[in-house]
Formats: sequence, structure tokens, C-alpha cells
Amino acid sequence: MKSHVWRPLFVIIGIVAAILLFREFYVPDDFGSGEYGFMYSYHNKTNEDVWKNQPLKYRDTGKQKMHEYCAECHGDVVEIRTEDLHGIIPCENCHGPALDHPNEPEALVIVRDRGQCLRCHTLLPYTTSERKRIPGIDPAEHNVDEACVDCHDPHNPRLEDM
Amino acid sequence: MVEQAMTVHGELWTVKELFVLPNEYIYWSIQIVMYPFMTGLVAGAFVLSSLYHVFGVKQLKEIARFSLVFSFALLPVAMMPLLLHLAQPLRGFHVMMTPHFTSAIAAFGIVFMTYACIVASELWFEYRKHFVLTTQALAAQPQKSSFDTLRMHFFKILTLGAMDISGEAIQKDHNAVKKLATLGIPVACFLHGYAGFIFGSVKANALWMTPLMPVIFICSAVVSGIALCILCYVLTMEIRKFMAKRQMSRWAKDKSAPSVEELQSAENQEIETASRFLLYFMIAALTLEILDLIFRGYTQVKSWDILREVILERDFTKIFIMQYAIGNALPFLLMVLPGRTVRRTTIATVLVIFGVFMMRWNVVIGGQAFSLSFAGFMHYHMPIWPTSWETFREGLFGALSVMATPFVIFWFLGKVLPPFLKDEEAH
Amino acid sequence: MKSTIFAIAGASVPLSALEFIDPKEVLAANPEIHWAFLINTYTCVGCGFCVKACKTENDVPFEANVSRTWVERYVYTKDDRRYIDSPKAAQDGFTDAKIDLGAHLGVKDIDPENVGKAFFVPKLCNHCAAPSCTQVCPVGATYKTDDGIVLVDRSWCIGCGYCVMACPFGARFFHPTHHVVDKCTFCYHRITKGLETACVNACPFGARKMCNIKDINDPITKIILNDRVGVLKDEFGTKPQAFYIGLASEVR
Repeated sequence: MKSHVWRPLFVIIGIVAAILLFREFYVPDDFGSGEYGFMYSYHNKTNEDVWKNQPLKYRDTGKQKMHEYCAECHGDVVEIRTEDLHGIIPCENCHGPALDHPNEPEALVIVRDRGQCLRCHTLLPYTTSERKRIPGIDPAEHNVDEACVDCHDPHNPRLEDM
Repeated sequence: MVEQAMTVHGELWTVKELFVLPNEYIYWSIQIVMYPFMTGLVAGAFVLSSLYHVFGVKQLKEIARFSLVFSFALLPVAMMPLLLHLAQPLRGFHVMMTPHFTSAIAAFGIVFMTYACIVASELWFEYRKHFVLTTQALAAQPQKSSFDTLRMHFFKILTLGAMDISGEAIQKDHNAVKKLATLGIPVACFLHGYAGFIFGSVKANALWMTPLMPVIFICSAVVSGIALCILCYVLTMEIRKFMAKRQMSRWAKDKSAPSVEELQSAENQEIETASRFLLYFMIAALTLEILDLIFRGYTQVKSWDILREVILERDFTKIFIMQYAIGNALPFLLMVLPGRTVRRTTIATVLVIFGVFMMRWNVVIGGQAFSLSFAGFMHYHMPIWPTSWETFREGLFGALSVMATPFVIFWFLGKVLPPFLKDEEAH
Repeated sequence: MKSTIFAIAGASVPLSALEFIDPKEVLAANPEIHWAFLINTYTCVGCGFCVKACKTENDVPFEANVSRTWVERYVYTKDDRRYIDSPKAAQDGFTDAKIDLGAHLGVKDIDPENVGKAFFVPKLCNHCAAPSCTQVCPVGATYKTDDGIVLVDRSWCIGCGYCVMACPFGARFFHPTHHVVDKCTFCYHRITKGLETACVNACPFGARKMCNIKDINDPITKIILNDRVGVLKDEFGTKPQAFYIGLASEVR
């Protein structure tokens, strides 16, 4: 190609080649498409492991397991919890994540403020939701300056036993 | 729990009303308004230039060269709003590393590079003779300052070693320009069409989702590009006339420089023809936009209730007064009514550019004015005074810097690619 | 042979995005796990323990007004008015009978006698089978894993926000610390170890459940395949994999 008109094209080819070369080094080798094809799963496969290795916080104290694990040391409290009332609440909801407890942390930080109880026990007049089955109070009226736990035992919430 | 508020991205300039989903904020703010606006100017300027090179509209010769250089000055600025908007701007080049072509934004890398290469190549062919002559003139100088030597080497590199400026070689340049200008038109359309596709294909957004969006964007892009070129051309001609009258600048004092009368008549011709094309594209853009509105109002799908409130009530002024009346109808009248002068046309172009900007605003911000729940609204309060990097980059001053940069670049570019050259000096 | 057919029949209902030709090919191509979620809006009481647990488990700051999951409250009055709110994504539950109307509108007091229908709807990322969010990512930073989870690569995301705009459900947001896009991951780090997600674990009322839709013996799978369940915003065609019991048509 003797003609000078091709010279800009050579420059462009050079730039493109440089970009592709850089790409070879920069982009991780396992970048590709997964089961869901190019449209939905084009990614760097190693990233899946990054997410799998995210540190755990909660122990998974779903009802049954909670009774088994926490009861090992705190059997007395676990026993007085009644299955149908606060027994359905996972311990970690108030006692915080306890994956490595008692190693780390040694003592759990317990949530004791009014807001915690009001999550369920604010009286909301919704008859078409299970909310109707939870006894509640008006937070603006009922013992406004006090913490709920001052009078109510969260592990045994039966009013008869207060 | 008493917590110190931690502002999330978008929270600073969003005010929510009624029911808006917790994660919804106005994420695409002023810079995303600027981006299609700037790429629109790029595409429009190129199309204007191509009208001469491809379709041989002789009256557009002067403005054609001007708009080609201006298009090139606008090109790097098209990237600015994106870099300012990205939460991770240093990773912006990932678009060229692993482009995910099912995404309209991934097209950006390829289309932008292609378009840049075409414009750069076309400019090279256009100005090659000028590069060669400058190199030769500098080489012939007996006493060169270090700056002159630097300039000589710089222009030598720009010639890419093609020093032949015989009639044959120049003819080859002519042909190449024509071919590139032809090739460039669909690429310029694509450059802006895909920007319209970015919005039009988002099915989650009730306002954006329409197949008309890419076409609307292309037409209004061409409108803005032509309008800007007419405006800049007039301003530059006024400066040249002023200089010619007062015999200022080395250029004006040259014996062969055009007189004020010659400048005036050239100006009138160019603007007359450019304005005609501006009108055609204005009609096209407006037709499509009105069509979109009519369809929405007629079909009244699920989103109509909330959209109606946004379009006809909350954003009424921005849409119907600012965009359609002041930005479309008024300049249309100014240009169509008999006795059109250059001055009237210039005012019209300013209004047109304003109208196109408001169109981008109404699409981008308007599309985020209502919640995905269709049960709430979001208000956009653009940050005015930059008190932090965030309020600068996504605020008024960020937008102004984007607006100002092409002119700065154009000034520097003009030293290498002078927009006004006589025939003998260029092709 | 019979169990193969059952597995495919069961899997093809919510996974109609994939084309099946040969059963053997299908089993070879598809992994044995495909995660799905089930939410019971009758059971949800709006306590917000799920939101709190999610934010704790996944390091989403409590002070930030974004969340990977949230609960919405719908209150319909007898005089035909509808109120919806989600104060701070319900991370503190709903401790006020008054509806939060947003910045300058304050709160709305509703007469208990006037309340007709009222319920809570927990929401999270639906991990759709045809997710429009992964489709629009320009760099391949967000994707769907082979077992059906949609994730975001924090080291690759450029923060353009296209996926946030493309999600019809509002599940995505910009993480205030990492400055990239974040969203619910179905606690991928937990479910791949046989644990429950933080929100499923925290819900005292069992309103949230998760299952492997390919496991036909899972009781939750049976509910999804046999009972009348619905999904949000079906009209967008993203094929959400979070199913709802008791979804009213007015739910947004």
C-alpha cells in the first residue's frame, strides 16, 4: 500500500493492539459466562468464592438449634421460655450475634431499650394481619420513661407471672 | 437507637414525598443530563460537517470545517460527565476491558473509540496539507527558537511522514474525507442513538421505556449540534469581522485576508442553509416527542396515573413552557417568519440549545421524579455551591465545567487545526 | 427415571427461562441447587428483626438510609384511602401507628375504626431468573451464579448505577462505605454452608423461608409448587424467584 491514505489506519490498529495487549494482562483469566449465558452471568468466577468466604456473624439459632446450643450453658433461662410466646424469638435477636460466643465475644451486648419490645408490642389495629394476635400498648401512654424490662421479664413474658 | 446519619449517594439532593422505596434516590443527576447533551452536540456537529462533505451542500463549506474541529473538541468532553458521575471513576476503563455487550453502556467504549478514530482521521486528511506546509515553513526558517523547533517536530509527527502535497495526493485526501464523512454519519447516529437506547430500554422506568427514545435522542442531538455550530460560527465570524475592521491580529493584517464585506456575505450564505437543516430536524424531533406523549395519554397503562401527575402537573413548566414553548416553538417561529436575519437566527439557536438541554433534563430527572411504587415522588435539588467533592461533581459547578471545557479545548485545538483556512492552505 | 421427570417438572415451573431439550442434558448442565424464597404476608407482623439481622450480618450501616431488605406497611382505610410506608426500611420495626408520609408531609394519624385492610410486605432482592440488572451491567460486575444467586463483584463494579436503575423492585443501592453497588445476596456465605439466611433465621413468626427448588422433598418447595403463590411485578418478565403467599394486587 504505497498510498499515504492508509497511514491513519495503521495508527488506529496500533492503538487497538495496545489496548488488547493491556487487556491480556489486566483482565483475570476466569472471566467468562456461567450457566445463565453471556446476558445474565458474565463475570469473574473467583468473585463467587469471595462472597462465599464472607465472615459469618449469626450462629443460626433458629428455634430448635437455639434450644440445643444456648441451653448447654444457659439451660435455666432457655427452660422458662415458653414455646408459644417469646420462645419463638431467636436468642440472637436480643442478645446479638453469637457465632463464636463464649470465645468471642465473651459477653454479649444485650438490647434492652423500649424500641426493641415496641417492634411487636406497639398496638397496631390491623385485623387482617397476624399482628392482631400480639398484645400491645400505646408507646406514648404506657410508662413512657421506663424500660420494658424493668417490669416485664423477656424470658417469661406471661403477665400472670410478673 | 440514636445514630448519626450517614448520607448515602443520592440522599443529598433527593427529597422523598409519600411512598418511595427505601433504596430509591435520584442516582442519575445533573451529570447524566450533561452526558447525552454533550454527545448530542458531538453528533450534531459532525452531521453538519458531513452535509457538506458528503452531500456537497456548497454553501456549508466554511462552517463544515469549523464544525468538524469543534466536534473533535467536544469529544473528550463527552467523557467528562461520565467520569465525574462514576462512583469508581478509576475503574471507568473496565468498559473496554470486559465490555458486556448486552448493556447499552458497554457500546460506549467501542462506539466512542470508532467515532474518535473517524473524526481524527477525517481531520488528518483535511489538514494534512496544512501540516506539511507548516513543517516546511518552519524548516526553511534560518533562525529557530527552541519553541519553533518543537513545533516543527510536532507538525512533522502529525504529517505521519506523508509529505507529498501534489494535486494527486490532495485529491486522494479529498476522497478519503468524503468516504470518512459518509462512514461517520451512521457512527455519529449510533453514538447518540445508543444514548437514547440506554434510557429507552430500561423497562423498569415507566417514563423512559419507549422504542421512540433512540430516534428522539438522535433527532434532538442533530438539532443541538447544528444550533451550536451556527451559534459558534456566528460568534467567531463576528470576532473576525471585528478584527478585520480594526486591523488587529497578524491574520487580519495579511493582504489576502478577507474583508469585512466578504466575511459578511460568506456568513449569510452558510447560516441560511444550515438553518434550513436545523428546521427539518426540529420538526422531526418535535413530532416524535409529541407522538410519545399522545400515545401515553391515549393508552393509559398502569403508570399513567403517576406519569400524568409528573408530566401535566409537577413538571408542567419545565416541559411545556421551558422545553416546548421557549425551546422549540419560539425559535421555530423566529426562523420561519419572513424577514429572517442572522441576528434572529442566532437568538433562535440559543433558545434551541436551551430547549434540547431541558429535554435531557426532563427525561433524566423526570424519569426519577416518581417512585417505582407509583405511589410517591422524588424532588431533585441540584447542589449549587460546591462544599465538597460530591457537591462539586454532581452539582452546578461540575456541570458548568463540563460546558466550558470544549471551548477551552477548541481554543488550543485551533492552534493546530485552524478552523478558518483558505482553500490553498488546506484541501 | 421417574424421579428425573419429577425433578425436571418441578424445576421447570419457576425456571421457564431455561430451555429444556433432553432431560439428561438438563441434569448435566444445571447444578443441583437453585435457591428460591417464600414470604408469607399473612404471618408477617412488621417487627423488623429481619432488617436488623440483615444489616448486622452483612455490614450495612444502621445510620445509612438504605437496606438490602425492608418491610412495607399497607393500610387501607374504609373511606377508600391507601397509605404505604417503610420508616427507615423498618429496621426498628413499626413503632408508630401513624403513617410516615415523607419529608415535608409529616405523619398521618389514622382512626383505628377507619382501618379496613392492613398488612405487612417484606421485600428483598428477588434473584430473578431473567434479571434485567445483570443484563445492563456494562462491565460484567453483576451476575447470576449457577445456583441462582445474583451477586455484585465489588472489585470490578465501576459504580455507573445502571443496574440500580434497571431493577424494577428497588433492591439495589450504593453502599455508603464500599462505594459500589450492593444488594441482598440471599446470605450466600451462609446458605452455601447449610445455614439459614440472617433474615430467615431472625424471623420469629416464620414469615420468611428459603428452599432449594430442585429438592422436591423440601416442604417449602412443595408450597411453592403446589399452593397459590404470587410474585411481584410479574409484567416485567424478569421471573422473580421470591414467592409470596397472600400478595394483594395493590402491593407495589
